[in-house]
Amino acid sequence: MRFALPLGLIFGLALSAPGLAAVGDQAPLKKMDWSFEGPLGTFNRADLQHGFQVYKEVCSACHSLNRVAFHTLSEEGGPSFTSAQMKAIAAGYKVLAGPNDKGETVDDKGNPLTRPGAPADTFPPPFANEDAARSANGGALPPDLSIIEKARAGGPDYVYSLITGFGQKPPAGFKVTEGKYYNPYFIGWDIAMPPPLSDGQVTFVDGAPNKIADEAKAVVTFLAWTSEPHLEDRHRIGVGVMAFLIVLSGLLYLSYRRVWKDAH
Amino acid sequence: MSGPSTYVPKTEFTRWLDSRLPLLRFTHDTVLTFPTPRNLNFWYAFGAILTFFLGVQIVTGIVLAMHYVPNANMAFDSVENIMRDVNYGWMLRYMHENGASMFFLAVYVHMFRGLYYGSYKAPREILWILGVIIYFLMVLTAFMGYVLPWGQMSFWAATVITNLFSSLDQVIPHLGSIIATWLWGDFAVGDATLNRFFSLHYLLPFVIAAVVGLHIWALHVPGNNNPLGIDVKGPQDSLPFHPYYTAKDAFYVGLFAILFAVLVFFLPEYVGNPDNNIPANPLVTPTDIVPEWYLLPFYAMLRSIPQKLIGVLVLAGAILTLAFIPWLDTSRVRSNRFRPLMKQFFWVFVADCILLGYLGDQSADAVWHIGGTDVPLVWFARLGTAYYYAFFWVLMPVVGLLETPRALPDSIAKSVLAPAE
Repeated sequence: MRFALPLGLIFGLALSAPGLAAVGDQAPLKKMDWSFEGPLGTFNRADLQHGFQVYKEVCSACHSLNRVAFHTLSEEGGPSFTSAQMKAIAAGYKVLAGPNDKGETVDDKGNPLTRPGAPADTFPPPFANEDAARSANGGALPPDLSIIEKARAGGPDYVYSLITGFGQKPPAGFKVTEGKYYNPYFIGWDIAMPPPLSDGQVTFVDGAPNKIADEAKAVVTFLAWTSEPHLEDRHRIGVGVMAFLIVLSGLLYLSYRRVWKDAH
Repeated sequence: MSGPSTYVPKTEFTRWLDSRLPLLRFTHDTVLTFPTPRNLNFWYAFGAILTFFLGVQIVTGIVLAMHYVPNANMAFDSVENIMRDVNYGWMLRYMHENGASMFFLAVYVHMFRGLYYGSYKAPREILWILGVIIYFLMVLTAFMGYVLPWGQMSFWAATVITNLFSSLDQVIPHLGSIIATWLWGDFAVGDATLNRFFSLHYLLPFVIAAVVGLHIWALHVPGNNNPLGIDVKGPQDSLPFHPYYTAKDAFYVGLFAILFAVLVFFLPEYVGNPDNNIPANPLVTPTDIVPEWYLLPFYAMLRSIPQKLIGVLVLAGAILTLAFIPWLDTSRVRSNRFRPLMKQFFWVFVADCILLGYLGDQSADAVWHIGGTDVPLVWFARLGTAYYYAFFWVLMPVVGLLETPRALPDSIAKSVLAPAE
């Protein structure tokens, strides 16, 4: 479906105008203006830091962030926490420890040994494994969020629409499954995730506005960064590469014209 | 290669080398002085562009292979590791991923160019067939490469494509299943499949490079065709490859590199499928399994046939047909510039391929609303497939016999230096 628009335009086909939406079809996504989109896009630092707080206080209750290492939180192009803040964040998490000096991996009560997180660790998952996660969530598996915005069509707009898309009245005739919630942006409409955000749910450390829209915008920005941590690098290098190639091609064009001057 | 060598070694060392390994003589004759028709246009730059992208794919691929782990449990993680932790790994990976698209874009232009100017006609049949072999190897390589990240689309593309062989069960019971099992190295797509695909994905580009060598060799015997499709008749019709075509090709490679950079740095995920950022899961089938854009026309053909075996034969035949073109085209005139009727069928054929590509990207049950009725897209795919085959097997032989071509110019030099009209 990705090429429907450009190819549709080539053919001038207004024929495939969307028909009547069927039950369970995704509603058109809310189209937001993201600072990180476009060829020069960068992440909004405040949104990244707020978004991290939303993930930590809300999403992380069910969703893992397995691929993100703590040290990246203080790297360039990311949330830009100071090194000290990043270490404090890491130390605030308990991660599984290796065997102790007696070779034990569990304590007296049989619980796994843990230690405070270090910068090289990744975010520890909320559940021990998939079975535990499903068992705690009515059979549904909360997906890992590390690259969620590259793994869903619509990316940031999809995640934003989804987490702000609760609370609408289901269309007449659609029965929401017990234990699930109606969300028109979720394919099938029945989602196991309860509405995650509410106005004022997260109190940002700098006292920034915290309506649902603010919280959602922040966490979507944060997850855009976890999905593509080198986005700012990519854009910056891309501009340099483009400038180089355009100058190079200009010079190549001049040499081409000069070589061919007498050949026509 | 065409004509006696004009190389004269100038120093003691090059004289010594020339009588032992005439490498410089070879380079001199094939790259520097090689006589090339003086009227080659933009569309002839794609050979150089393709060579450039073969190089890009091999170099980025070799470095990626240093970090990639071909193991069903670790492949996806190792690719994510390349994207996050390997220095500039994201750049290498996006170059490799989008480089494949650029490679196919260039090869399609190159093939349509060959079709339009009749570059497959005598004495260039072997040159054309070697090109078809390169294209087929590219398809194989790209397919196996697509499997390596071991995302949902990787896994399910591997499953769907290898399962095509099981249609042979309809001919000889169990034959297809045995072949599929042999390809998988297991009873399903799994770790063994991934490992062999990686091994072959690393091997095949070097096979491609070797066939490209033969392709260029076969090109240098008769020399280039040209937009007029008439033979080079003397030195006034040609120019030495260097500096004329090195300079011209370098400029067009530069332009193509700009397009490449736009994809890599600003739209790296445009040609990709979001589902491939979900780790492979044999228990969950994606809603729509689609190949990369460059294979969509063939996918549309495959899906348009309800009977599986015939569908597979139509798919394979679509590529195989290309090898017969030199003998299907009955026209005495090479270039479509002088073939008023065939030229029109050619452009319809280009549109047909794009239409099939579009249809291959739509979900299987999609419809178009025309005049109040829902017409399933599969009917358009059938029409498109029919035209694809008819173009080669009916129009090429028949139009060549019926059509009255326009008068050909006397020589390349005349038409370039004093353009008619």
